[in-house]
Amino acid sequence: MADSPDAPSSEHVKPREVPYCGFCSLPPEYCEFGPTLDKCKEWLSKNDKVLYAILYNTLEDQLASTSLGDSKPEDDKKKAKEAAKIEKQIQKKMQSRVIIKRIERTKRKCVTSVFGLENFDVDLKKAAKLFANKFACGSSVTKNNQGNDEIVVQGDVSDEIFDLILEHWPIVPEDNIDLVEDKKKGK
Amino acid sequence: MFKKFNIKEDVTGHTQVKSSVQRAIRAKILEQYKDGIEGIIDDVMPKKSPLILMKCHEHISLIVMNNEVLFFNHFDGPYYPTLKLLHKYPNMLPRLQVDRGAIKFVMAGANIMCPGLTSKGARMDVSVPADAVVAITAEGKNEILAVGTTKMSTEDIKRINKNIGVETVHYLNDCLWKTVVDL
Repeated sequence: MADSPDAPSSEHVKPREVPYCGFCSLPPEYCEFGPTLDKCKEWLSKNDKVLYAILYNTLEDQLASTSLGDSKPEDDKKKAKEAAKIEKQIQKKMQSRVIIKRIERTKRKCVTSVFGLENFDVDLKKAAKLFANKFACGSSVTKNNQGNDEIVVQGDVSDEIFDLILEHWPIVPEDNIDLVEDKKKGK
Repeated sequence: MFKKFNIKEDVTGHTQVKSSVQRAIRAKILEQYKDGIEGIIDDVMPKKSPLILMKCHEHISLIVMNNEVLFFNHFDGPYYPTLKLLHKYPNMLPRLQVDRGAIKFVMAGANIMCPGLTSKGARMDVSVPADAVVAITAEGKNEILAVGTTKMSTEDIKRINKNIGVETVHYLNDCLWKTVVDL
């Protein structure tokens, strides 16, 4: 840590770089108050050994002294619950599917709709723009009749989109992408 | 204020403001934080870069520059710096320190009660009038925990030692904190 609260730096012209926890986005010293302390610890020990040593060696003492009186079993239960909740969200994310669908418009013209990308934290507008640029065609974000957002790309580009998604958003697992063709049975 | 906030749903529109408006906002922020910000304002808000005003529900507007939320205000109230900005320039605001026990509650969005500011682990080294924007730090921590407005002056907080001392406006891990601006 650069400076402590009671010793303010003389000139505050330079911005300070504050590290943030890669897991819960808080400054690491506040991880202990977040719901995912264990995961945060794991992250910090991997990424910033110095800070980890400073924080958790001293913290352990404090925790040892306070946790006896401070944290009741209820508290722990609550935390565990919250942690489980977050875990579930991640799991859900990993399970959600991306559906690439080819929809026939007239006999030999069709559009391709991509559905479910937003579950992987993809900005749909940007994705649509990317598709439009890549395939030189119209591409837009529209609401489908269930009220969910999807990207509609003009022309049959389902295979190309499949590859592009894998290349561009590596967090999307390959197995989770479905290619579907409207009317006729799946590919 | 930001207990519930979703950038997709709650932002009604964003515009790049005219340079005259930008100057006005800049002047207002300068006036509000005077010596705290004078040396850094050019770093925080370069005169030339475009400033984007995001209007949200409930009269909240966010001031965005370079895809980063710098300030926000409610209706035509004072401009509050966001925590990310405060972490970079922690001396912008007067700082009050709460005790360790209070952290948990502040991070859940609670207002700060006077005893949390007067107890053993807490510190109030500066004297601040009522209705001032302050940063909240915590016992044993270096980083700023929350931003709020004082409901009474620091003297009164010490004297009365009851009820809400600082109204929390923006705290770590609230929805604004989690918001990543993407234009």
